[in-house]
Order: sequence, then structure tokens, then C-alpha cells
Amino acid sequence: MPELSYREAVRDALSRAMRRDEDVFIMGEDIAEMGGSMGVTQGMLAEFGPERVRNTPISEMAIVGAGIGAAIQGMRPVVEIMYEDFTTLAMEQIVNQAAKHRYMSGGQLTVPLTIRTQGGAGWSPGAQHAQQLEAWFVHVPGLKVVFPSTPTDVRGLLWSSIYDDNTVIFFEHRTLYPIKEEVPEELEPIPLGQARVHRPGEDVTVIATGRLVHEALRAAEEAEAEGISVEVVDPRTLQPLDEQALVDSVKKTNRCVVAHEAVVRGGFGAEVAAVIQYQAFDWLDAPIERVGSKFTPIPFAPVMENYVVPHAADVLDAIHRTVGR
Amino acid sequence: MAKVEGKRAGVSQERQRVFIREMLLIRHVEEKVEERFRAGELPGFLHVAIGQEAVAVGVCQAMEHGDVFASTHRAHAHTLARGTPPNELMAELYGKIEGCSHGYGGSMHLYDVARGNLGANAVVGGGLPAIAGAGLAFKLRGEPHVAVAFFGDGATNIGTFHEAMNLAQLWKVQSVFVLENNHWAESTPASQQLPIADLEKRAVAYGMHSAKVDGQDVEAVHRAAKRALDYARSGKGPVFLVCETYRLVGHFVGDAQVYRPKDEQRTLRETQDPIHKLRERMEMPDDEFEALDREALAIAEAAVEFAKSGTDPRPEDALKNVYA
Repeated sequence: MPELSYREAVRDALSRAMRRDEDVFIMGEDIAEMGGSMGVTQGMLAEFGPERVRNTPISEMAIVGAGIGAAIQGMRPVVEIMYEDFTTLAMEQIVNQAAKHRYMSGGQLTVPLTIRTQGGAGWSPGAQHAQQLEAWFVHVPGLKVVFPSTPTDVRGLLWSSIYDDNTVIFFEHRTLYPIKEEVPEELEPIPLGQARVHRPGEDVTVIATGRLVHEALRAAEEAEAEGISVEVVDPRTLQPLDEQALVDSVKKTNRCVVAHEAVVRGGFGAEVAAVIQYQAFDWLDAPIERVGSKFTPIPFAPVMENYVVPHAADVLDAIHRTVGR
Repeated sequence: MAKVEGKRAGVSQERQRVFIREMLLIRHVEEKVEERFRAGELPGFLHVAIGQEAVAVGVCQAMEHGDVFASTHRAHAHTLARGTPPNELMAELYGKIEGCSHGYGGSMHLYDVARGNLGANAVVGGGLPAIAGAGLAFKLRGEPHVAVAFFGDGATNIGTFHEAMNLAQLWKVQSVFVLENNHWAESTPASQQLPIADLEKRAVAYGMHSAKVDGQDVEAVHRAAKRALDYARSGKGPVFLVCETYRLVGHFVGDAQVYRPKDEQRTLRETQDPIHKLRERMEMPDDEFEALDREALAIAEAAVEFAKSGTDPRPEDALKNVYA
């Protein structure tokens, strides 16, 4: 089995889709010669040429909007928004246009557009290059939202996103690009809306997304040494959400921690907590614990950034709190 | 020679007849919309295109099968001019299943994808980037179609206009940007929202091919639109087509227009009505014109009856069509 980094896995999914299908093309800022600001699309210009690997102006509205127009005509564009902080510039096109054309047309139109973006703290880029905004998009009917945390998942889920007939907002986490994993020779598509149990456990369920999946796995190992058995579940797709898998896990462990890098207030974890308390209320032995960033913009100074965003230790603390009740 | 000229004249007369019939239809449908809204029958928010019929008819008649367009909140005229049956348009305004968006859209979200209508847009400038993208798709796939965006002078102040124009020209996509300059952004006059008087100059910044035409002269609009569409279709790049037009009504149905000089509208109605302007040039006997006028009114009235007797969606139909 080949070993791929998260970065290479994204590139692999894009390249396979583009080899298979003339209607798939990519566009975004600095994605051609430079290969993207994160190096994800390196080498793709040489293979596919400038018609299908399109450098764009710094025009987020036009990047997303042009993707919408090409998608409506039956192509399957994948557009890149360099940082998820910059999706703010394209919110009108994403929220009012991409998400609603199918509905407003009474089912006449589909917008099979994939919007790739990335973000996350941990490298001191400051407040405008490190946010985690995935919860905003979960709030918009008509959008699908995907947030993979491993090379295997990012490859299989990107493929499914490209071939989904809806607009998919596809979040990658900057600090995950270098992580490596053995992946199957052939790309195995992963259906949207299917959670993954990373590690089975008996005492506590940690439902984590993005970078926090890895922090949760570290915390689970430490907890294990203390005799606490932790199950780690990654929803992978935030919309549609695999509620059943999350609820089943909590019904088994009777305790739940939700963890993400985004700020706690209004975060995706709030939605997960609501689902769990409603569907597994009688199984819960303790209040659901929430882990996320403190309610500040992401600060610059490394010591402050490190203080604001959550780590394995914060997940472990939450595990301790819930088993202590 | 005389024979050829006679044939040309015949074509021209036939075309004028089509134009006048289409404009009369739009006028009567729009007047019915105003009337039925005031009677309390129509829900929502309505914007009629009375005065701007020549732009819709001139451009839409120049489009070809397979061409697509995006419209604005003032979308009835474009939709009718591109061939959506008045019954389906009116049924949409009444929120019926038989409507062109099956009751999911309403006046500001008219769609008719089979006829190339990719949607009226209630966000000013919201549809422009997708028209650049549709024009890109035609180019990438080698398809001989053109994507057309309609928008008003107010939209030339919003970012989507500039980003879409810039990208369209950069990539020389098969798109035409049709500015309906009616000199009002809702209640705000050009003097308070536009730093330049000649909006054709907007294209200069992008190096885009442009043209300006009297938007009250349907034949002139048609000729200019045909040239613009041919240019874009040939792959030379997009075109910015400025149509100088006039809104002979308020921004929305029910707008008291306190912001507008009282005699402006009366003067414009006397001098800038596109139907009168064409009628004056036509060699059509009065009785023939009146017959066309009555026919258009009858179609509009029938559309209202069709819509009123249409089928209400079930409340729970609201849950459909969110995802493909």
C-alpha cells in the first residue's frame, strides 16, 4: 500500500477525477505554477494544462460564482479558497446562490460544485488566517459540509464530494497536510454522511473533528494509561450528519465529550450536543463536555495562540470531568 | 433589386410585428400584476418592467437556442421574452405548482431552465459571476452558446459586477453583460450612486468590448444584441452592452415614489414609451394594432385565470428540493 500525506491525498483525488472526467477542473488563487499556497496542487499544471488548472485573480466572489455557473452547465468544478477566512468574501455566492438555486428553481437546477478551503491555528498566522468557520455553513440548508482528518478520509471524501450533485464545502486543516498514512492502491470513495470510529472504547465517547481528532486520540491513549477506555468518533461529514453512529456510541459509553478547534460558542459541537442529549438523554450519566477555542480571535504571539486553541490536554481534562461526575 | 428590397422590408415588418406583440404582452401582463397585487391577490414583493420592455424583447429575440441568461429582481419581462408561457409565469406569482419555479421561487426567483433561464436573482449583481462561469463552461466544452446577464445601473456599484467583468474578460468567456440603465437604484438617482454619467466606460477598466444603445428602441437593441452575441459566440470575448432605458413605474408595485419629480414619469411616458416608439415607425393599420393589443390583454387575463385556478403546493412540499 502506498503511503500518502494528507496533502498528497487531496492531490491524488483531484488528479484521478480529472484523468477520468473532462468536466472536472480546478481553479483558485496561485494554484497553477505555484501549486497552491499549501502546495496541494503542485504538479497538476504540468499534467492537465492551464485550461483545467486555472489561476484566478484575487476575486473570491468570482471564483465561487464562476464555479456555480460552470456547475450549472453540467461541469464538476473544484474551486479553492486559499484560506477559509476568505470564504467570508464569497459568502453571498455560497449562501444565496450555490445553496439555493436548486430550491428556488423547484428542482430544475443542480450545482455540483466543490469548494475546497483550509484553515486552522498552530503556526501563528494571526487572526485572519487561522479561523475555523465550518459551523457557519452547517447552518445553511442546501450545502453539504465535509471536514476530513486523515489522508484516507480526505481522499475518499473529496472524490465523493466532486461527484455529489450538491455544493460541498470541503474543509482541510492546515496542520494536517504533512501527516502520512498508508492508503489503498485504489481510491475508495467514502460516502458523505458516514462517521468513522477511530478507536473503540467503553467509558467515554469523544466526538471530534479536524485536528482535534488527533488530539483526542492522544488524550485517549493517556486516559487508557489511567484505566479510562475512550471511544473516538469523527463525523467526517458535518452535513449530512451521521447521527446514528454518534448516538449509538454514546448509548454504549454513557458519557460524551465534543471537541473541535473552532470557538465553543455556537460551534458545531453545540449541534452535536443537542443531538446527543435529545436522542440519548436517558443513557447519559454526565453532562456533555465541550472542548474548543476560547472566545477570542486567534492571537498572534505563539504563547497566546497556544493558550486559546485546544490541545490533547484539554480533551483529557474534559474526559476527567465527565468520568468524575 | 426591387424584389430583394421588398423581401427585406417584409422580414423587417414581420420582425416589427413580433417585437410589438411581445412588448404588448409584457405590458399587459405587468399591468395585470399591478392590478392583482393591489387587489390583494399576490403575495410577496413585485417589481414590474413597464418601460423596459424593449431591452428584454430586443435581447431575448436575438438569443439562440442553447443560450442561457440570469435575470434580476425585475424579471417578468426577460422571462416572457424568452418564451416562458404567461400562464406559467403568472402561476408562479400566485405560488402555484404550475408556476415556472413550481412555487419555490416567486417573482424574484423565476426559473425556466429548459428555455435557458438560469434564474432571476434578488441579490443585486448576484447572478453575474455565474454568467461568467457559464460562459467559461461553453468555452471549455467548445459549445456555441452564450451566457447573458441582465442587471441594472445599481449593480455596477457592487463587487460581483467588477469581479465577474474582470474574470470574464481575462478568460475571454462566451458571455454578454447587458446593463439596463434605468437611472434609478431603487429610490436613489444616478447622481447619488454613480460617479460617472457614461456607464459604458465601466468596460474600459477591463478592456472589454462594449456598445451603447437606445434601450427604448427595440430594433436598435435587437441589432446591438445580435452583434454582441455573435462576438461572444465567436470566442472573441465577452461584451458589455449598455441599454439606456427608463422605468416608467416605481421600484416595486405600491412604491409611492416620493423621491421622484412628479412630472418626470408623465413626461417619460409621453416621450419614452418603447411601444409607442416602435408603433410610430410601423406601417401597421390601427385596427391591426388594436387587434394585437386586445389579443395580448386576453392572454394576460387568461394567465390570471389559469393561475388562480392553479394547484397550491402541499405545505410539506417545502421540504423537497433542498438537496439533489
